Amino acid sequence: MSRFRKEGKKETPELNMGSMSDIIFMFLFFFMVITTMREASLKVHFQPPQATEIQKLEKKSLVANIYIGAPISKNENTLPPGEVSVQLNDQTIKAEDLKRDVRDFIGTEKESRDAQDRDRLTFSLKVDKDVQMRYVNTIKQELRANNALKINYAAGKKVVNN
Amino acid sequence: MSKRKTPGLNTGAMSDISFLLLTFFLLTSSINTEQGIPRKLPPPKTEDAQDKKVDINRRNVLNVLVNFRDEISVNGEEIMVSDLKAKAKEFFANPSNDPSLPEKVSKPIDGIGDFQVSKGVVSLTNDQGTSYNMYVQVQNELQRAVNELRDETALMYFGKKFDGLDSAAQRAVSTAIPMSISEAPPIDYSNPGK
Repeated sequence: MSRFRKEGKKETPELNMGSMSDIIFMFLFFFMVITTMREASLKVHFQPPQATEIQKLEKKSLVANIYIGAPISKNENTLPPGEVSVQLNDQTIKAEDLKRDVRDFIGTEKESRDAQDRDRLTFSLKVDKDVQMRYVNTIKQELRANNALKINYAAGKKVVNN
Repeated sequence: MSKRKTPGLNTGAMSDISFLLLTFFLLTSSINTEQGIPRKLPPPKTEDAQDKKVDINRRNVLNVLVNFRDEISVNGEEIMVSDLKAKAKEFFANPSNDPSLPEKVSKPIDGIGDFQVSKGVVSLTNDQGTSYNMYVQVQNELQRAVNELRDETALMYFGKKFDGLDSAAQRAVSTAIPMSISEAPPIDYSNPGK
């Protein structure tokens, strides 16, 4: 009799959770890679100024970045008269090529967007807070001359306690 | 020959850990969005537009000058950054119709009706040696003045703050309180010798 009773008692089989973690890890790595690959490697020191009235930009894909700041390594190109580099894409630009490089940069950034998104393209000026305005003015002049009028002064959120 | 079975590891908690990591990365990557003060540059100069000089009444202009020592003057009077907002707000609002502050024109706006729109323009001049930080602070204060006025107008006509309005109402309020900054060409005081 006892033999039959033993066989009638069914246990729910344990689920194998081992592969679950593999799937999740795959997700994890995917997101890790995506987040690190977006940012271009910085060649300049960039610490944004703080402001209170900042707005979020509507779409990340419609933003092109221009970095201005003191160069991290000594052999980067700088603009006269001082120790400031302008980085477009992955390179710092030479003073004598500035006009051409900025024009090409704006051109390629506009090219790579759809026709209806072209006038919504924003150029985000990521300028270090210690940079003098002369460099920013030069870049702004070039942007204006090339009809890239939507700009953004990148800034961090300032916490105010009043 | 002892036949030992390796005990099965309980890996159920493993997925919990990796989920935790996953959510962490998801959150941190989405927080890091582009933010800043958006501005529009004036369109490039054309030949015929060059000689067309806009005649603006003196009272309608607020001259903000930032020099290479990061000092600010408003209409020739030196002030601190913290006072700039109040000054700009008074300039744009002109509540007592002071003849030295900008004139207003009545303009019909959808959703609001006739509104006294200020003709005031802030003329912002910076030196080549001005620090970018100060420039952004000044832009920020001017923006703050306009935002506060927009909030007040929105509360008066729609009973909500500007951010809580729908896009049509936001457009109406933005027309009522325009953000008018004109940037003069920068001056270069600091390095005449170079």
